[in-house]
Amino acid sequence: MLALVSKYRFSIFLTLLFASVNVFLTLYIPLLFGRVIDMIVGTGLVDFAGIKPGLAEAAVLSVICAAALFGTNIINNRIAFNTARDMRNDMFRKINVLPLEYLDRHPAGETVSRMVSDVEQFSDGLLLGFTQMFSGVLTIIGTLVLMLRINWKIALAVVLLTPLSMFAAKFIAKHTYRYFSEQSLLRSDLTSVINEITGNLKTVKAFGREKAELERFAEVNESLAKVSLKAIFYSSITNPATRFVNALVYAAVAFVGAMDVISPDSALTVGLLTSVLSYANQYTKPFNEISGVITEFQNALACAARIFDLLEQTPEKPDSDKAVVLENPQGNIEISSVSFSYDKSRELIRDLNVSVKKGQKIAIVGPTGSGKTTLINLLMRFYDVDSGSISVDGTDIRNITRHSLRSSFGMVLQDTWLKPGTVRENIAFGKPDATDEEIIAAAKQAHAYSFIRRLPKGLDTYIDEDGGSLSEGQKQLLCITRVILSLPPMLILDEATSSIDVNTEMRINKVFDKLMQGRTSFVVAHRLSTVLNADKILVMNNGMVVESGTHEELLRKGGFYAKLFKSSFI
Amino acid sequence: MKKLLSYIDGYKKEAVMAPLFKMLEALLELFVPVIVKKIIDIGIAASDTAYILRMCAILFLLALVGFIFSITAQYFSAKVAVGASTRLRYSLFEHIGRLSYPDIDTLGTSGLITRMTSDVNQVQNGINLTLRLLLRSPFVVFGAMVMAFTVDSVSAVTFAVTIPVLFIVVFAVMFSSMPLYRLVQKKLDGILVSTRSALNGVRVIRAFGREQEQVTEFEKANSELNLASRKAGRISALLNPLTYVIVNIAIIILIYVGALRVDSGAITKGSVVALYNYMSQILVELVKMANLIISISKAVASSKRISAVFDTKPSITFPEKGARPDMDSDTAVCFRNVTFTYPSSSAPAVSNISFCIKKGERIGIIGATGSGKTAVINLIPRFYDPDSGEVLLFGRNVKEYSADTLNRLVAVVPQKAVLFNGTIKDNLLWGNSKASDEDLLEALETAQGLDIIASKKDGINEFLSEGGKNLSGGQKQRLTIARALVKKAPILILDDSFSALDMATDRNLRKALSKLPYSPTVFIVSQRISSVIDCDRIIVMDDGSIAGIGTHDELLATCETYREIYLTQKGGASNAVSKSSERNFQKSAGIGVEI
Repeated sequence: MLALVSKYRFSIFLTLLFASVNVFLTLYIPLLFGRVIDMIVGTGLVDFAGIKPGLAEAAVLSVICAAALFGTNIINNRIAFNTARDMRNDMFRKINVLPLEYLDRHPAGETVSRMVSDVEQFSDGLLLGFTQMFSGVLTIIGTLVLMLRINWKIALAVVLLTPLSMFAAKFIAKHTYRYFSEQSLLRSDLTSVINEITGNLKTVKAFGREKAELERFAEVNESLAKVSLKAIFYSSITNPATRFVNALVYAAVAFVGAMDVISPDSALTVGLLTSVLSYANQYTKPFNEISGVITEFQNALACAARIFDLLEQTPEKPDSDKAVVLENPQGNIEISSVSFSYDKSRELIRDLNVSVKKGQKIAIVGPTGSGKTTLINLLMRFYDVDSGSISVDGTDIRNITRHSLRSSFGMVLQDTWLKPGTVRENIAFGKPDATDEEIIAAAKQAHAYSFIRRLPKGLDTYIDEDGGSLSEGQKQLLCITRVILSLPPMLILDEATSSIDVNTEMRINKVFDKLMQGRTSFVVAHRLSTVLNADKILVMNNGMVVESGTHEELLRKGGFYAKLFKSSFI
Repeated sequence: MKKLLSYIDGYKKEAVMAPLFKMLEALLELFVPVIVKKIIDIGIAASDTAYILRMCAILFLLALVGFIFSITAQYFSAKVAVGASTRLRYSLFEHIGRLSYPDIDTLGTSGLITRMTSDVNQVQNGINLTLRLLLRSPFVVFGAMVMAFTVDSVSAVTFAVTIPVLFIVVFAVMFSSMPLYRLVQKKLDGILVSTRSALNGVRVIRAFGREQEQVTEFEKANSELNLASRKAGRISALLNPLTYVIVNIAIIILIYVGALRVDSGAITKGSVVALYNYMSQILVELVKMANLIISISKAVASSKRISAVFDTKPSITFPEKGARPDMDSDTAVCFRNVTFTYPSSSAPAVSNISFCIKKGERIGIIGATGSGKTAVINLIPRFYDPDSGEVLLFGRNVKEYSADTLNRLVAVVPQKAVLFNGTIKDNLLWGNSKASDEDLLEALETAQGLDIIASKKDGINEFLSEGGKNLSGGQKQRLTIARALVKKAPILILDDSFSALDMATDRNLRKALSKLPYSPTVFIVSQRISSVIDCDRIIVMDDGSIAGIGTHDELLATCETYREIYLTQKGGASNAVSKSSERNFQKSAGIGVEI
């Protein structure tokens, strides 16, 4: 955090300088006015010769004071917004090199919240609060000094009374905290109800449940209202309470001051009293602000902790200097004695050995959750093996640059992901310089062009985040087109074409089959034909590869696979 | 905006009292400079200690009473703010409930959720702050001016000139910064979208090695946000310095004029002091008002968004007291030359289709993705209205029935199995809140779901967490089927509802459906021939039109589209193994079943 701040140390120095000038002048000018007012003694006794230069000085100083205030505001803004921008850039860059292990474990919403709200609250709270605190403390010290210089008795009265406002604020805050947390809880309850119903509105309507759910909603709504009222009211007492204490101080100062003015040998004049009274007003304001600033500080520090937690995560080990770029991969893959598990205390894949020759097709079968995706994670080096090694064309994949390794695999998974952008941008994601002809050709191959053509703007149609209004099947077709366009030398396919109708599915499968010809492919199999035609089948269960071999070999083994196959056909 | 203000209606009394008390408090504050003036002119001048004491006591009293007024005002204003926004939330929720499918499609569920939560909160804050502060500040400012006139009308002219100048400055800053703040919000949204997208697509991005491009795009969006924020900040930063200079210059003029007036004996020195104090009060209030205005802008922006939802009238309205269905009619459902286009689409989903279904028939609807199957069944319960043509249920146009009647006539099992927080029983009761336990068990039995409650600790009272997380896909589907069956509606629609069921359950369920005592007219939508093969008739959809209607055998003989589908599903690469066995194998190996 200090690193961030020190980047702007010159600006911070400047803003504090301006703030000091502002505070100093804000305190001095009333003094000046006081002195001028003193020159207005009475009828016919006004010292115009002294007033005019005094007022002129006040005019000039006012402009300087305002300029200093503007200056400090601008610089504060710049520091705050620039820090926020830098932090967000750092976080985003970090996200792109974080190991998938971290990203899989942390829900996306959490990271987004850190990116958006935590950064905002940090920059607002810490930086702005800091300068407010600085000005506040300066003001307190300044007014105290000035009051002391004018009249120590008044200063004493003020010092004794003003901490009262701070205590009042703290007292109220502690008690309202309870109501605020209750309110928070009820708010999130209400949000869950809203989320559930609005998110599934069509089902609610299909069953005519609008009224019933409205009643359920109303109940929580009313409870929230009761608690909110208390929370808001009690917290709103702070300001009037502190204003009350301030008014007390003002009255006390007026009294002590007036008494002093009348008393003989007093240096206190009416003009000075006026100044002191306005100081008394100014003195108490920062106390209000400081208690607010302290809570904001706490909040900001909490946010900072979350932000730096993300920024300090260990990134993926970068490619070593000796990493080779994989060129013209043939597709010979050796998986030797590989062991791996996400949770290091439990076994997942143990001592896996698979040898894949160029152009072979490896089918992976197994019940849902058996770990088929794990193999994909290891091949793509989204995770590194715990022991053993995976090599492509004889080179351990850990010695290959991640970029070249990953671009040698074409991946079509169950989860469709499209980026917010045009259809064209999405299809060309793997080959940004593709021409429109190439894009259309790929789309036709994937049987996607017919629906693309019918979109409002064809290839230029903008797709929102989450795929917008496209159906699941259409999204899947676009993902397939994406891979067809980039023509990778090896393939990883998850045959889940569940959202596509049977006819199109058949045609897509023919496309896949053609793609797989001559290319080393790993296919998470969903079709019997894939399994029957595979060069090797990896049978997974409970995260482990329990059997491997060709279809005939596995049947002969009479194990898990054979049982599965036989039991279906009785 | 005006409509939103109407939510304050129930709190008219408090809405008037709050600012009133605030003004009383401000009024008391306005007397302070006058009291100080008296202390100076009378107390100090005459060295009257007792008088000074009395005056200071009055100051104390003013403070105390002011405090009480202020608290009262805060209470009333909190009541209005919370009360009005609670009713607003309720109304919004109710309105959303009345929207029809096409409206929901257009507005988007995320947008609706943000309106209900974040935007309503902004409005609540806005109302609260407005009642507490918006009236106070101008009141103090004008009040100070009025008091100044009572002290010395000549000098007070300075006030009359300064105040309008100040207001012009304040409003100029406010109006120029509002659009800038809206832009900042929009840019912030952009960052949100980028981040979410990058997180969701991390594997694909890394697979294609496009990390650098993502970073560059993000940095661009981020710097746009930065520039917009700084621009907005610059304008707002002007406010305080500008007002400070203006007020100080006014003070200078005031003091000079005051000096002249004192010199000529027109006013006392104490008056000058009082005028100075009033001007200072104005300065303080202006600072407060500046900060308030930003919060109000946000509240106004939110209220505009909420209004937009209210302005969306449901595109489908039902007659209050609808027609009565002719239950003796032979025909259950009739489509006459129906053409329908989804709101976000440019091409019709179904074009000019016509068919008539007899009561009690079992109809299969089959076709490719985008052929219009789901569109057809969306039109039957009137989730959407056709562009042209008529949909008739039991002899009458669907538009003639009230929402209630339609609800009782048609039971739908949607494609996505959605269950809600509550027990299994709670969910089943959605079909009919008055159903007896026997009714529920009957429905479960037909839906092949009795084993589900047998396997759960609390049976039918088992609590379903988070919409059914502790159930498998097949179990969820069977429960949603049971829920629809509880209704005992004369028309039952099953939209691809067997996808998660294995062969045996699929078969038993269809057998049980055919044995239902009240013989509903059933529509089964599917992509698989095996699910519709034993239907009384099958409607074959192709690209929005009906390719054929008939029994399985009839269609095999006469309908090319149907034949194609049949052959691709029956034939395929595996010749030695029948398709149903293949599906069995797939299901047991967990292939092709998404749980």
